[in-house]
Amino acid sequence: MKSGWLVFLFKRVLEAITTLFVIATLTFLLLRILPGGPFDSEKALPEEIKASIEARYGLDKPVSQQYVDYLTGLVQGDWGESYKYLGRSVTDIILETLPVSAELGIYSLLLALVIGIPLGVIAAAKHNSFFDTAAMLVAISGVALPSFVVGPILVMFFSFGIPFAFLHGSLPPALWDGWEYMILPVLTLGIRPAAIYARMTRGTVLEAIKQDYVRTARAKGVSERVVLFRHVLRNSLIPVLTITGPLVAGLLSGSFIIEVIFAIPGIGKHLVSSVSNRDYPLVLGLTLLYSSLLVISNLIVDIFYSIVDPRIRMEK
Amino acid sequence: MIQKMRASRAYRRFVKNKAAVVSLWFLVFISLVGLFAESVAPYSFDAQDVDRVLQPPSFEHWFGTDSLGRDLFSRIVYGARMSMSVGILTAIVSVIIGGIYGAISGWLGGWVDTMMMRAIDILDAIPSLVLLILVGIVFTSLQPFENPELRALTGILFALSVVGWVSLARLVRGQVLQARELLFVEGAIAMGASPSRILLRHIAPNIMGPVVVMLTFQIPSNILFESFLSFVGLGLQPPFSSWGVLANDGWRAKSSPHLIVFPGAALFLTMLAFNLFGDGLRDALDPKT
Repeated sequence: MKSGWLVFLFKRVLEAITTLFVIATLTFLLLRILPGGPFDSEKALPEEIKASIEARYGLDKPVSQQYVDYLTGLVQGDWGESYKYLGRSVTDIILETLPVSAELGIYSLLLALVIGIPLGVIAAAKHNSFFDTAAMLVAISGVALPSFVVGPILVMFFSFGIPFAFLHGSLPPALWDGWEYMILPVLTLGIRPAAIYARMTRGTVLEAIKQDYVRTARAKGVSERVVLFRHVLRNSLIPVLTITGPLVAGLLSGSFIIEVIFAIPGIGKHLVSSVSNRDYPLVLGLTLLYSSLLVISNLIVDIFYSIVDPRIRMEK
Repeated sequence: MIQKMRASRAYRRFVKNKAAVVSLWFLVFISLVGLFAESVAPYSFDAQDVDRVLQPPSFEHWFGTDSLGRDLFSRIVYGARMSMSVGILTAIVSVIIGGIYGAISGWLGGWVDTMMMRAIDILDAIPSLVLLILVGIVFTSLQPFENPELRALTGILFALSVVGWVSLARLVRGQVLQARELLFVEGAIAMGASPSRILLRHIAPNIMGPVVVMLTFQIPSNILFESFLSFVGLGLQPPFSSWGVLANDGWRAKSSPHLIVFPGAALFLTMLAFNLFGDGLRDALDPKT
């Protein structure tokens, strides 16, 4: 039994590493076959300057050599030097900006869990009540609201005081130093996952309530609160937690927009700008970073799931 | 015969869901507005009036004007055309690619299936927006069209299709795997029908339900992705109008709330309608859930 689980773990980790390796290769090829190098500006550079720039970044070597250099660099933690920010390595840029984005993402996820799950449980417990209908209306609206609309509107309300003048300046719109700066961005980013959690939780709780063991518990005279939180919730939270993997991906990509709107010095802004700057090392590094985060969060969810529900590791 | 009965029962369940029916009519309305944008919009999407810049809503300009004096109502109407066609066209492309891929994978099974699914896993491990941006730059750098609007539109369509077909391929593969075990399919195989005939005549009608439901959720997410790309400046560019372009304009013009509120409302209501319609459709087609 124990070794079966280790085999499962080993297989999943190996799969994750293979996936990341293939992604690294594909993005490398993709960016190398693009017509027009990063140093093709409007004004053509003199030949010798161009050559020396290309030599500096190793672009004069054959592609196969570049690929080998790139891969060895990756493993050694040297992700190359940015084309745009002279003298700064991709690793530096990531280390500097990732913590900010991670903070934003983690707070938003926490907010989503703290709001979404209780909302879903209560809605399901009071199935077909006014609260249920209202909560699900709010939740579906939350799913339908794009963050780039929510963000500016929140800024309008709380920072510019439109149309409620008394709110003017109550929350600052930009920067990222101090908790009062975090409220609006975290709220903007957290609404959608909160709504998704609420809908999902309601669904699984409603499903679980119908099960036989719930009827048995009730028949034994267990109080409704204990039935709900002990018996039902424990069984219905597993599927809910598995969507955390995909949601983390959503938070990652959602953060681009939020960081642009709220001028947060995070990593999301770099992805968009690195693409328009043709800063290939940075594009590569960020693609790989985002994919690793997604792969790792899916892996953690999988492992967690296999611990809670032993049937899963038997199937695979 | 059975399919007809099933369809009519699903139809009766669907029309009982008022929110879903209203949503459907709303979506038809928005599509028609987009289709006949020239007749609906009082002004052209790029007609500037420098004497009337950043006007709040009035009788002349229902939704006000933007920073170049363009009529916001007209821009939203043209934006509806762009957003809806991006959403629907991408869904069609995704269904074709994903359907063929998934059907081959599910039908052949074995190691072909394993390889094909592993390829999909890899695509899935790249967050959609990163993938969108990557595919977007590759496409733009190829510059296949002279016309800037056509180039932007095809670029977005291409990027969204690369992202969108994956989940459809998974769905179709799963359904084909299941359907292969069904008795009437086995019967058709025994009768010597060709695989493409079996897939199209026998399996396709049976898996239409889940595919259509998935599409009603994919179209809004395509619209959202398009808006996202345009919002960060990697999609459509002004003067062309899409709801994402308008939301970006609105966000920049911070002191004129109507510029963000109206495009935001258009996007929100459309997303909401697609979600409610999709929920209704899913419940009608599959009463178990």
